[in-house]
Amino acid sequence: MKEEVKLMKGNEAIAHAAMRCGCDGYFGYPITPQTEIMETLMENEPWKTTGMVVLQAESEVAAINMVYGGAGCGKKVMTSSSSPGMSLKQEGISYMAGANLPAVIVSVMRGGPGLGTIQPSQADYFQTVKGGGHGDYKMITLAPASVQEMADFTVLAFELAFKYNIVCVILADGIIGQMMEKVVLPPFQPRLTNEEIKQKYPWATTGKTPDRKRNVITSLELDSALMEQRNIDLQKKYHLIEENEVRIEEINCKDAEYLLIAFGASARICQKVIELAREEGIKLGLLRPITLFPFPTKIIKNHTEKLKGILTVELNAGQMVEDVRLAVNGKIPVEHFGRMGGIVPTVEEVLDATKNLIANIQK
Amino acid sequence: MTTQEIVKPENLVYTKPSVMNDTTMHYCPGCSHGVVHKLIAEVIEEMGIQEETIGIAPVGCAVFAYNYLDIDWQEAAHGRAPALATAVKRLMPEKFVFTYQGDGDLAAIGTAETIHACNRGENIVIIFINNGIYGMTGGQMAPTTLEGMKTATTPYGRNVELNGYPLPITNLVALLKGTRYVTRQSVHTAAAVRKAKQAIRKAFENSKETRGTSFVEIVSTCSSGWKMTPVNSNKWMEENMFKEYPIGDLKNE
Repeated sequence: MKEEVKLMKGNEAIAHAAMRCGCDGYFGYPITPQTEIMETLMENEPWKTTGMVVLQAESEVAAINMVYGGAGCGKKVMTSSSSPGMSLKQEGISYMAGANLPAVIVSVMRGGPGLGTIQPSQADYFQTVKGGGHGDYKMITLAPASVQEMADFTVLAFELAFKYNIVCVILADGIIGQMMEKVVLPPFQPRLTNEEIKQKYPWATTGKTPDRKRNVITSLELDSALMEQRNIDLQKKYHLIEENEVRIEEINCKDAEYLLIAFGASARICQKVIELAREEGIKLGLLRPITLFPFPTKIIKNHTEKLKGILTVELNAGQMVEDVRLAVNGKIPVEHFGRMGGIVPTVEEVLDATKNLIANIQK
Repeated sequence: MTTQEIVKPENLVYTKPSVMNDTTMHYCPGCSHGVVHKLIAEVIEEMGIQEETIGIAPVGCAVFAYNYLDIDWQEAAHGRAPALATAVKRLMPEKFVFTYQGDGDLAAIGTAETIHACNRGENIVIIFINNGIYGMTGGQMAPTTLEGMKTATTPYGRNVELNGYPLPITNLVALLKGTRYVTRQSVHTAAAVRKAKQAIRKAFENSKETRGTSFVEIVSTCSSGWKMTPVNSNKWMEENMFKEYPIGDLKNE
């Protein structure tokens, strides 16, 4: 069968993928540059077809707590927001991490801090990858670099969330959210029935039946010994994810002497940069982390042996570069190039920064 | 007479509802929480909806409500119970969903969630324990603390110039078109307990229909926070709390 190719925005692709992948509920609050997700859902009225619930909450705080409630019932639920809104959601995210709840959050980054700008940014890498809320927790973080990946990762994010009972974030930026590209939407999957949920997720609050103890979704444990054990269990889960779920894309890495490392929209710019660099005879490759947690630490470490230097390109003041430096552990120079506040660098700017790195190393 | 003879089935006039666990309660002597828990358990048992009921516990003294009632529970972040309940009910409309919240949880940090869940007319039950004080953290001022009332953060009494006025949140939610049944009850006498139970039962019955939110405030005592004996707490509540928070239905449609 011929695949149906559509043209749409990244945000719209998220909404369509959600409706197709058996999502049970979306709870959100308007904030630029991601509001098309909720608008597209409302326009399509999936409650009339798949039965998916779509609700505009009174705040991002309420929206994330609705997601907590839905996830506690074993339902496939999601929310989406952008930087200031994501800050508000951190409380709920921490509680969900503590309660081992699966859910998907789409974070379409804009420039900060504060109200900042509605223009694209990647300045919420730390907030997402290092845990923006309280306590020792992690979220699986997927960084799409195309509209196709916005659709594909919506499906993947739910799979990973339920595989590990963890919050999975699709960390996009204003460019990926707003740009239009062709996309093949995922195939339709039916929503799980309540009976299927009872079988698959015996921990969910589906109503206490005589054959089991009551289910309690909570992150509270006042006994420190038990609370430490919960933390140990969480860390075990995160290590398992680090072992099994690292995803990357490599372009021209095999013979590369220098490497660009970039995610999301920055990686799209870098694709052109390596083309131009290669034309000039510079052996430049691109490593694009698709998962930011788990971070491709081992893969980057293994590359280090053959490389002379690395440049990370990010729409921020230098965040992912810290993780690259940890992976490289001082063996070769690692520099950062970034623009902030909603400015997107040109290909030429990045190429110049790459040449500067090379010149400094060759000095 | 032996214990065996006393507990003969035909001699029973009262029994612990089966929906209540045997867990020893952490509540202080004289606290209203235990009575309200029991009433909810009785209503769930009598309606035969144990398998259909999902409770949402608050942050505050009732944070451990899930230890006492043998139903499925979710423990919410402080003030967020109505948001959780909204999603649970919308995703599982056949269930009976209730929140159980204190005055700090419902009327301070969770005001937005309370107002908007009620305004959307979510088909949930909200049980609101109003004792005018933060019990769990050791007796600080609540939004419903009475004028002049001493707490750990109003040691010279609540001064309205400094702290504002007691917040009549129940009157506020009664104004909203989304609420169907809004009532204020207490559990300090046998008669009051019976009326409170009727109110809770009515609220749960309402959940069967999609006609809006049912909101049951229980004006309550906090002997420890108020630094009074249980008996004096009841007396003080009647003389002071009931003036600010009069008992009775505010809305019954």
